[in-house]
Amino acid sequence: MKPLLRAEALTKRFGGTLALDALDLEIAEGEFFALLGGSGSGKSTLLRIIAGFETPDSGRLLLDGHDIAATPPWARPVNMMFQSYALFPHMNVADNVAYGLRRAGVARADVTGRVASALAMVGLSGFERRKPHQLSGGQRQRVALARSLVMRPRLLLLDEPLGALDAGLRERTGFELRALQRETGAAFVMVTHDQEEALALADRVALLDGGRIAQVGAPRAIYERPASRFVARFLGAANVLEGRAMEGRFDSAEAGATFAGDIPAHTAAIALRPERIRVAVAAEGANTARGVVEDVAFRGDDSLVLVRLTGGATLRVAHAEEDGAPPMRGADVYLAWDAEAVVALPA
Amino acid sequence: MSHHRLVKAAMVAGFAFLWLPILLLVIYAFSADRIPFQWGGFSLRWFQALAANERLVESALLSLRVAAGAATLAVLLGGAAGWALARFGPFRGRALFGALIGAPLVLPEVVTGLSLLLLFVALDALTGWPAGRGATTVLLAHATLGAAFVAVVVQARLAESDRSLEEAAMDLGATPFTAFRTVTLPLIAPALAAGWLLAFTLSLDDVVIASFVSGPAGTTLPMALFSMLRLGLTPEVNALGAVVVIAVGGMLALAALLLRPRRG
Repeated sequence: MKPLLRAEALTKRFGGTLALDALDLEIAEGEFFALLGGSGSGKSTLLRIIAGFETPDSGRLLLDGHDIAATPPWARPVNMMFQSYALFPHMNVADNVAYGLRRAGVARADVTGRVASALAMVGLSGFERRKPHQLSGGQRQRVALARSLVMRPRLLLLDEPLGALDAGLRERTGFELRALQRETGAAFVMVTHDQEEALALADRVALLDGGRIAQVGAPRAIYERPASRFVARFLGAANVLEGRAMEGRFDSAEAGATFAGDIPAHTAAIALRPERIRVAVAAEGANTARGVVEDVAFRGDDSLVLVRLTGGATLRVAHAEEDGAPPMRGADVYLAWDAEAVVALPA
Repeated sequence: MSHHRLVKAAMVAGFAFLWLPILLLVIYAFSADRIPFQWGGFSLRWFQALAANERLVESALLSLRVAAGAATLAVLLGGAAGWALARFGPFRGRALFGALIGAPLVLPEVVTGLSLLLLFVALDALTGWPAGRGATTVLLAHATLGAAFVAVVVQARLAESDRSLEEAAMDLGATPFTAFRTVTLPLIAPALAAGWLLAFTLSLDDVVIASFVSGPAGTTLPMALFSMLRLGLTPEVNALGAVVVIAVGGMLALAALLLRPRRG
């Protein structure tokens, strides 16, 4: 697909801290893109630079091939949904949604029609005369969404769109966001610190760390093939084990185990997901380990078992309910995993 | 039940403490007797005498003009300062600016008055403006005092509202000026109105600062009243008090109406 937005070596410094470190990024037309990262990763700075509220110190930001780094926010065909929603408290819902259209000089008759269809799209027809303080959190979020979407942006920025919602509402709203994105055909760029949210909603995810992109790709790809220890730990809290690669095998002293599988010569560490490890009756050879159960926590559909390996490292093991009762605390256990579960980390 | 009564009694006592002196003042304004606070039958003679007292009427009108001018200037300066303090981020010298804006709130009026007097004298000597001292210098001094109050009120109002509101407006195509006009200004309008009334009342009320910076042609109502007191009290003063109470009461009612929380 043709890139809609292209960031080239974007750099931004706040005082002594480097918020963005020569970041490169491409966002395609009509895709749902997630910027994932912890606090201080630079994801919010990147979003604010795309919206125009911050200017990069260096680098280029191209929208449809034109550099917009110096274009002020009010002249960009980009709209943003704020984390706080930022609804104008002195205006009713209809006036909030009509605000951008009025600034753009859209004819009065068209404004009414477009506001009505935007509100219908988010399921808020009949709420035109309400003030923001008369709405629930979920309804405010929809008004904010309608206010941005009514501008028919090529690119919609969403700052933690589900962050302020109750847990029960998040899942439903997430599906609705995706439906709206498909319906409007706009590219959505979402900032989130929640990896589940990013993996569930986005077509592609960029994981940011220290102002750089640690990895970018489809959710399944980066979940299954993390490029570094950081990515493996951030997504799904994988076990990361240090050691040495030799002749297609990986020896980890801290695990007291040898990993066999697809292991290139330059492998720096091994990632092993908790749900791919099983408790075995006996174990011998590669892809097995031995240890003592340190603790067990019941989580509903599985139990999290912490196992201290003979090499000293502690392994997180997800023990599924259908595999029977989890081992007791203090028990000696054997662990085993398949060769396909072994992920070699290049960095 | 007795607890309820106690609360009621306390409330009545509280209101009596606050309002009885004022009520007495208003009642005795209608007394015919020459001696203040001695009832001599109902009469409007002191109101007539007041209306005929050109000096007092003139100073009252001057006070109103000065108060209105000072309040307007205070809203412009204090509003801008409050906005800058709340929204412009950590600009260089922000702490100093905030402290200086708020200084008249904590400085004794005598100090404010004296320093302003020195400023006006020095300015006059250097630039020839303001020529002498009078209504203009009182207005400027009161605007300085009022601006401090307006800045505090506006800053508080903006601090409790989301700072991404203006960004949202700009994101939707508003230039900074339009965002200010359509979002910031309506947000702080109640604070500006309240600040104007505060500054107006402060100016109407002030004797100390006015005494420092005023001149021959700048006798405000409180100053005139104060000098009358020294010569001895007449019920005219009561009548004037009654007029002021009624005027201020009307204005407070108006302010309450303006600032009432609007719904739906």
